[in-house]
Amino acid sequence: MNVFSPLFVMCLQFIAVLFAAPAFAGWVRMVKCWFQGRKSAGLFQPYRDIFKLLHKDVVLAENASWIFRFTPFLVFGTTVLAGVIIPILSIDLPLSATADAIALVALFTIARFFTALAGLDIGTAFGGMGSSREKTVASMSEPAMLMAIFTVSLVSQSTSISHMVNVIAHGEFVLRPSLAFALLAFILIALAETGRIPVDNPATHLELTMIHEAMILEYSGRHLALIEWAGMMKLFLFTTLGIALFFPWGIAAAGDITFLPVAILLLLIKLFFAGIGLVLIETGLAKMRLFRIQEFLGSAFLFATLGLLSYFMLE
Amino acid sequence: MNIAAQINSILAALVLLTAFGLLVQRRIYGLLHLFAWQGLFLSISTGVVGYVARQHHLYISSILTLALKVIVLPYILHTLIVRLKIHKEVETVVNIPTTMLMGIALVIFSYHLTAPIRELSTLVTRSTIAVALATVMLGLLMMITRRHAVTQIIGFLAMENGLFFAATSATYGMPLVVELGVGLDILIAAFIFGIFFFHIRETFDSLDVEQMARLKEEE
Repeated sequence: MNVFSPLFVMCLQFIAVLFAAPAFAGWVRMVKCWFQGRKSAGLFQPYRDIFKLLHKDVVLAENASWIFRFTPFLVFGTTVLAGVIIPILSIDLPLSATADAIALVALFTIARFFTALAGLDIGTAFGGMGSSREKTVASMSEPAMLMAIFTVSLVSQSTSISHMVNVIAHGEFVLRPSLAFALLAFILIALAETGRIPVDNPATHLELTMIHEAMILEYSGRHLALIEWAGMMKLFLFTTLGIALFFPWGIAAAGDITFLPVAILLLLIKLFFAGIGLVLIETGLAKMRLFRIQEFLGSAFLFATLGLLSYFMLE
Repeated sequence: MNIAAQINSILAALVLLTAFGLLVQRRIYGLLHLFAWQGLFLSISTGVVGYVARQHHLYISSILTLALKVIVLPYILHTLIVRLKIHKEVETVVNIPTTMLMGIALVIFSYHLTAPIRELSTLVTRSTIAVALATVMLGLLMMITRRHAVTQIIGFLAMENGLFFAATSATYGMPLVVELGVGLDILIAAFIFGIFFFHIRETFDSLDVEQMARLKEEE
């Protein structure tokens, strides 16, 4: 049993990422509706959306090249791959030895790069504008994200995510200012990377203010379904990555399959609160001007660097 | 690291965070709140150090900090801001990301500068000396980059916070007489600043200290 347990965990996580991500996105939308005094469409609306889109025909622009058709599958694939690297339910992941935190950031970057290319590929004005904005945000959020993750890897002396989570979850509990700074930075970066409100508005219909949505305006049918699904998974993955790095208590240890039900239950509770927290941030803040984003991400970089420095200074 | 040292380093991190907050905050009320928070963290930290090191005079300086820097000084500045009618003013701060990067460089610099002291010291608080020096430097940077008179005063007071923190972490605080004297000085300084603000505003119709460049003689 022990030989198969990592594979079993990986399959379980694969299924969890694929099928729990829309529910989490639905949960965030639901809470947001309640906060804004609207009636929500329910927890399962994202599933219905994806199902509907999967059955619609694809409308392709005449001048669309292979990049445009290839991108949805690539984005979906890399996001799923990222889902089996991040320890969501258990530390015991077979891929954790081959792909570390840097590889994870690179996976997200590949998806982002191809989405930006696809936005440019069609040649519409909004697509190009969205791509340009997306790369501007990316160029500032990725260094900050790496710095935040490096702070955690300094504490655990490794860049393997499983190892980092293991050290924090099962090591001696120490109040660490560096991790507090890293958490602050991570929250800011996660908001920017998943296109949530102070940086981008996921529900916007105004093309001029779009960032992520502007790049995928031309997508339809199953392509759009895959991209939307990948977007939901990205939100889910960033939330679970934050949980794994900063609040990993209750994750299953290596080879401990019997603990998995408890781990799943604890993860659900954490996601429940993470969703509420995200909505609190989103309803409390207004979307920033595009030129304020550099300050926003600059402070994320500042927090991450302070985290690194305070590891040396204070610990 | 025992639990008190951990709490102390968390408080030091918070002091550093508020110092950076002061550096980039645009709104005057926001600055005042941040300054009061910094005083509060400083006061708690002094109390914790006093408890760990069994230095009971630190309790008095902790209470003094709480009274002076969390209640009295913010109150005086608040009254000044209301009287001067600048409570809605938003200062134009040039290039916040660059200022932040300079702040980070200052933190690294003060870490290196205090490294020998950290090697020599045996106190529980030796790791926070770097943060204290960084707070002083950040206050100085704030006084250089800001142009508004009230903001510069807040920068000055933040510098004093840093010095106080340095004294606590390097030598478990100055003698009580000195601390009382410094506290009184600051209080009087705040009153004098208040009078100056009114004079500056009457003369230049603004609190922008750039206007003082006009004070030179005609050539």
